[in-house]
Amino acid sequence: MPILILADHDNATLKPATAHAVSAAAKLGSDIHLLVAGRNAAPVAEQAAKLAGVAKVLLADDAAYEHALAEPVAALLVSIASGYSHVLAAATSVGKNVLPRVAALLDVAMISDITAVVSADTFERPIYAGNAIATVQSSDPVKVVTVRTTAFEAAAAANSAPVESVAAVADPALSSFVSAELSKSERPELTAARIVISGGRGMQSGDNFHLLEVIADKLGAAVGASRAAVDAGFVPNDYQVGQTGKIVAPELYVAVGISGAIQHLAGMKDSKVIVAINKDEEAPIFQVADYGLVADLFKALPELQQAV
Amino acid sequence: MKVLVPVKRVVDYNVKVRVKADGSGVETANVKMSMNPFDEIAVEEAVRLKEAGTATEIVVVSVGPTQAQETLRTALAMGADRAILVQTDVTTEPLAVAKVLKALVEKEAPGLVILGKQAIDDDCNQTGQMLAALLGWGQGTFASKVVAADGKVAVTREIDGGLETVELKLPAVVTADLRLNEPRYASLPNIMKAKKKPLETVTPDALGVDVTPRLKTLKVTEPAKRQAGIKVPDVATLVDKLKSEARVI
Repeated sequence: MPILILADHDNATLKPATAHAVSAAAKLGSDIHLLVAGRNAAPVAEQAAKLAGVAKVLLADDAAYEHALAEPVAALLVSIASGYSHVLAAATSVGKNVLPRVAALLDVAMISDITAVVSADTFERPIYAGNAIATVQSSDPVKVVTVRTTAFEAAAAANSAPVESVAAVADPALSSFVSAELSKSERPELTAARIVISGGRGMQSGDNFHLLEVIADKLGAAVGASRAAVDAGFVPNDYQVGQTGKIVAPELYVAVGISGAIQHLAGMKDSKVIVAINKDEEAPIFQVADYGLVADLFKALPELQQAV
Repeated sequence: MKVLVPVKRVVDYNVKVRVKADGSGVETANVKMSMNPFDEIAVEEAVRLKEAGTATEIVVVSVGPTQAQETLRTALAMGADRAILVQTDVTTEPLAVAKVLKALVEKEAPGLVILGKQAIDDDCNQTGQMLAALLGWGQGTFASKVVAADGKVAVTREIDGGLETVELKLPAVVTADLRLNEPRYASLPNIMKAKKKPLETVTPDALGVDVTPRLKTLKVTEPAKRQAGIKVPDVATLVDKLKSEARVI
């Protein structure tokens, strides 16, 4: 039976996270169908059709799906799930919101945030903030799974799969969208960036994040933050890297003024190269850093800006 | 409006967990246990709703072993009115917990269920969404603000790109994210008072719910360890290493 993946998008652009979920699905060894549920989302379906390994794109175009509200999107997924062995989504805020609802409606267990596919019914997933890895097996008829995007490469854009329309199902009308306040940034998205530069409590103020931003712009990097910096109000919550924030695994992660609490390490320790800049040489961040610089960040950052 | 708050007893967030040598799980014997931090935020939110006059009664529920009574007493000390322990020694999965909670919701008829977005032990992030699904209710997950009025609740949610506000018909399920509030510490007089608050014990069987796990945990292992690298003396050396050795910039 084929595999169904729920695409994450904003009705104009397919989120990079979905390409990672496609790679995870490719390891299961069946045909992959990608569901795009949105409003006027044909451009997204076109982008989805280009992902390598996708056999078919299903487009459900209806006003009810414009904001990816869990209730109507779950109802749609459940209406078509019976023809599939697996229902997958990237573990983004949409996937995490919608898929447990789908699993409960199908009366099956759900497997969250997988980091490896062992076989079609067996998966690895982190527990205790990544301090242990559980291997779990499901015997349910449909496996409902979210995928940790950093654990799988992105599927390449080298395909032209057919796009098929699917009918919308009745909206349960339990919820409605009111408003969104999205952070506007020219920089790459945290979870998709090749380089991430993050600041912690050591930055001392939100204004000082400017020191990171100028370097980020030179390197084409995204800017992140520790929970401490977010809690202190330096930057908005969507900057947060960590167990309860975003999980990132860029090629280069630069931690500036971050002590390295377990909860932060859980969000970045799979990065390829880690750099830590901290004036406290005992800071736990140095235990995971490939390159550590014990220095006052207010002196080191301007130097770094000059040198890159 | 009655508010139901499910809470979970988990390994305290400050404990560095150790994987058991036989790979069957993590060591939980003789380890400090506490209320799941996100559930503490949920209890706090319910207490604030009661203080604001929106909620009239707060019922806290835990599904777990006898010792989960301590977790319930903590919630009672924070301001909940009464507690229900659904006693089981089975390691319950989110779907089973959602089914137990559904049975209790049908008995208690709350206008709102608030719980943590995720437990910090299994990191599933499923129970609230599953409960909403089983009840046919709306769900407001990852909440950073909750405003209930006129048969509706507006929930501001932490999403990948920022914040989003949705409006749900009541009754509904809300899951608490980190920045919804800062939970209070229970005062000594309130801890004493909590000992006298009602705590009822039931079993999943009595509620007609089968809590047998669906998933099989084949093994639990330690994650790959990351080795500490080198210290560099200055920014120039750092940039040089990143360019010529790591080749990432």
